[in-house]
Amino acid sequence: MSNDAATGAQALDAPQQEPPAHGLGASLPPADARAKTEGTFPYAADLWAEGLLWAAILRSPHPHARIVSVDTAAAAEMPGVRAVVTHEDVLGDSAYGRSVVDRPVFASDVVRHHGEAIAAVAADHPDTARLAAAAIAVEYEVLDPVTDPEKAFAAEPLHPDGNLIRHIPLRYGDPEITGEVVVEGLYRIGRQDPAPIGAEAGLAVPRPDGGVEIYTASTDPHTDRDLAAACFGLDPERVKVVVTGVPGATGDREDPGFQIPLGLLALRTGCPVKLAATREESFLGHAHRHPTLLRYRHHADAEGRLVKVEAQILLDAGAYADASSESLAAAVAFACGPYVVPHAFIEGWAVRTNNPPSGHVRGEGAMQVCAAYEGQMDKLAAKLGIDPAELRMRNVLATGDILPTGQTVTCPAPVAELLGAVRDFPLPALPKDTPEAAWLLPGGPEGAGEPGAVRRGVGYALGMVHMLGAEGADEVSTATVKVHDGVATVICAAVETGQGFSTLARQIVQETLGIEEVHVASVDTDQPPAGPAAHGRHTWVSGGAVERAAKMVRTQLLQPLAHKFGMSTELLQITDGKITSYDGVLSTTVTEAMDGKELWATAQCRPHPTEPLDESGQGDAFVGLAFCAVRAVVDVDIELGSIRVVEMAVAQDVGRVLNPAQLATRIEAGITQGIGTALTENLRTNRGLVRRPDLTGYALPTSLDAPDIRIVKLVEERDVVAPFGAKPASAAPVVTSPAAVASAVRAATGRPVSRLPIRPQAAVAVPNA
Amino acid sequence: MTTHAPQTAQSVTLPSSLDEAVAALTDMPAAVPVAGGTDLMAAVNKGQLRPAGLVGLGRISELRGWHYQDGHALLGAGLTHARMGRPDFAALIPALAASSRAAGPPQIRNAGTLGGNIATAAPTGDSLPVLAALEADLVVAGPGGARREIPISHLLAGREMLAPAELIGFVRVPLLHAPQVFLKATGRTGPGRATASVTVVLDPARRGVRCAVGAIAPMPLRPLEAERWIGSLIDWDGARGLTQEALAAFGEYVAAACIPDPAPPADGGEAPPVSPAVQHLRRTVATLARRALGRALS
Repeated sequence: MSNDAATGAQALDAPQQEPPAHGLGASLPPADARAKTEGTFPYAADLWAEGLLWAAILRSPHPHARIVSVDTAAAAEMPGVRAVVTHEDVLGDSAYGRSVVDRPVFASDVVRHHGEAIAAVAADHPDTARLAAAAIAVEYEVLDPVTDPEKAFAAEPLHPDGNLIRHIPLRYGDPEITGEVVVEGLYRIGRQDPAPIGAEAGLAVPRPDGGVEIYTASTDPHTDRDLAAACFGLDPERVKVVVTGVPGATGDREDPGFQIPLGLLALRTGCPVKLAATREESFLGHAHRHPTLLRYRHHADAEGRLVKVEAQILLDAGAYADASSESLAAAVAFACGPYVVPHAFIEGWAVRTNNPPSGHVRGEGAMQVCAAYEGQMDKLAAKLGIDPAELRMRNVLATGDILPTGQTVTCPAPVAELLGAVRDFPLPALPKDTPEAAWLLPGGPEGAGEPGAVRRGVGYALGMVHMLGAEGADEVSTATVKVHDGVATVICAAVETGQGFSTLARQIVQETLGIEEVHVASVDTDQPPAGPAAHGRHTWVSGGAVERAAKMVRTQLLQPLAHKFGMSTELLQITDGKITSYDGVLSTTVTEAMDGKELWATAQCRPHPTEPLDESGQGDAFVGLAFCAVRAVVDVDIELGSIRVVEMAVAQDVGRVLNPAQLATRIEAGITQGIGTALTENLRTNRGLVRRPDLTGYALPTSLDAPDIRIVKLVEERDVVAPFGAKPASAAPVVTSPAAVASAVRAATGRPVSRLPIRPQAAVAVPNA
Repeated sequence: MTTHAPQTAQSVTLPSSLDEAVAALTDMPAAVPVAGGTDLMAAVNKGQLRPAGLVGLGRISELRGWHYQDGHALLGAGLTHARMGRPDFAALIPALAASSRAAGPPQIRNAGTLGGNIATAAPTGDSLPVLAALEADLVVAGPGGARREIPISHLLAGREMLAPAELIGFVRVPLLHAPQVFLKATGRTGPGRATASVTVVLDPARRGVRCAVGAIAPMPLRPLEAERWIGSLIDWDGARGLTQEALAAFGEYVAAACIPDPAPPADGGEAPPVSPAVQHLRRTVATLARRALGRALS
């Protein structure tokens, strides 16, 4: 990892000076890196409590069915079984949901997707629990599943709330205007699974006061607590969610759909109850990226400048709303991409089906439309005979331009600079000088690739993504900083999901207080809420809250000294545990100044408010935007249709680099996830039934699939409204890279490529294909 | 009462010879033999299999190597993919070595065995089309030191099955001293399951080409007519080369034989059209067969 970090850092346009050892701008390694490498990091699946019981969940084998009866008697009588719970045993609200309360804890009358929970069992052994769950007799009346989102509009309602979750008709400009050149396209995006590393697991422990504590790898502990408490019929204060080691997350984890049964079983039995989900259960139960159908019509003038974009965007939400409304807002708002479009008419819908559930996976909404509008830009370039990069350059967005939502782009938007950087970066050499046997061809080292059938293609994509929650979401975070005995502690309920927040929090405190040793406390819901780990919000709001709290501690520390010497605190500085005045007259140590005291401060960060999109899709809905340009180079075996991504060149708008090594790994991870979206990752279903929910059937990119990733340029134009001026960096490459790969495959094969992931038959380019 | 015990395997036996293993299976018919465990443990983890006992084959050293017998190699069923992928083995049976190197990530190749690949008989088992093209025979050990031979195709087709307490001991493979090629198409650059694979084996002594196509049907398919036709075109005593057109025709022949057009309905009328996915599979098989034969003859 240190090697990668070093290359990443070299690729930056950073000033030539030596990077600092700590504080902002340092490549501080994560505090848990060693434990994770050595296998001593405690993951949720490692949890243990004396006398614990094991839970198992009975899941529906049908995507759509009426439940005629549920008979738990046989399961309850099995030796070792301590409790069986169904919808009748839910003590509080029978349904939950992050934005819309529409998902039952246990299906009572209807099951709406394959794998929906019907009952849960607690037993003294995991196998007993599983066998007991299988012994629950459920009589189903199988119903026809609605699996085509286009048919959901006219289908019988799958849910009392109806099949339409949200419709946004965005209208911007003149509907009558037409361009000299018109291109149309139909695009389909598959169902990506966030495939979080590590089993989803949790442990619920009943409390003597009748409450319950849930230990789990949550990414949004306070929301999970509130959802669970409502279903338990308890006050939120009597439910505590304790975040245990999160192995990594690119979406929501863990699924509240098993945290709640776990808590119910613990309350029922009075014993600790543990559940470790199998990978299959995870595939069935947790939220996926919305499969999306997109129809586009782009109008342009003869020089290739965009005149109008018309689009219809249909998101398949699965049976329950979850984050579909937010995803749709992003899809509609960014439907034209980071381009200046004077007239736009975008219709977006999110509908219910009996397909697997969809929800938050990073870059949701923005990723799907990026694949489509970049496909359109390629079509336009081909039709006009203009170089694809040049066509994009003629249309790029800049600060001061207006989005189709009517929102003015006030943050830095260096789109032209990003595109120029990837376009001008030298192309990777062909492997002419190495022996043919050593070439890594599409299909892999033992594959069937033949050099004569391989074509190379170069493609471009520009992407944009919003940061923080949108449409009026209250994006507040609270943090506490404590200093005692020369050591600082950060207490903040922002979950470290691998995005690097805890490292960043340490750096912020080092920077502000000059104290090198900083600890970040583990997270639970007794702390004030910090919100979900999504949309880069912890870098922004939680980072901002930590900075404010650290500054307050600094003032508390320095105020008496400043007063004594008759100067303001700004004239004092802290470095390496020493306090010095600007003129060097005063010099003392932090320990001396503290005089054995403990200093505490708590602060909040709340970005400026946003507003919901109105009935014509207009409104200042987003706090901030981040941009990314990617150039993909691919090799395609045009007879077999096998594809290997050779190189991805990335230029990204990051505001300010706070940790170069960490930033490089975030970008590399995002690009690699995007390659999965582009080439292999699609959770297939057959009439609503998930086919092969395992990691053999669902092909994630391996190290051989990950290309050379060149971070060509990081544009550090500080965003004045963001703390430190930094923009979160993980989502933008996830959004942009799949479209770049598709563009490169188009260039290599001359095929239209309108579906992601790209199937081999779509990349075959031989006569009679 | 507790139920902690009943689901776990009651007995684990670790015999040190093939006959001891057979005896252990005879003593406990409910026990399951396990070698690399790469397929078995996945089934256990999924809850599909709860073996009452296990007979571990890992300590049977006679199964972990090979020896020679009348122009054949007798390969121990316990040979791992990793071992078969090594150069010394590749010099003997190149196609089996190539399929072993493609058989998955290193963790799987280090554990998974030849015998396990045959016993699991998954359609995507990479060694199976190679063994089918080589017309390998299985040496099966039974109770009381009994040995019998089953052609691999008979076992895979279900014509002859392993009886209770029988174990695959060895795989008898002819040593052909001629080029062999195994090619596999997968969905990604990293290791993955085959969407189709083709093995082409030259047998100069019998002046024959043998070909097997894997992963597209429950068992490997042999396009016998295509083999005979192309074998008759090759100048076995000369340069053995073929024109590009002949190679391409062989590919098409193999693909059409293994993935035939759908039959027209009994009441006359048009045959249903071939779906794009099937067309792609056919093109993939044709390309693999053409390339494999071209490489074998080059």
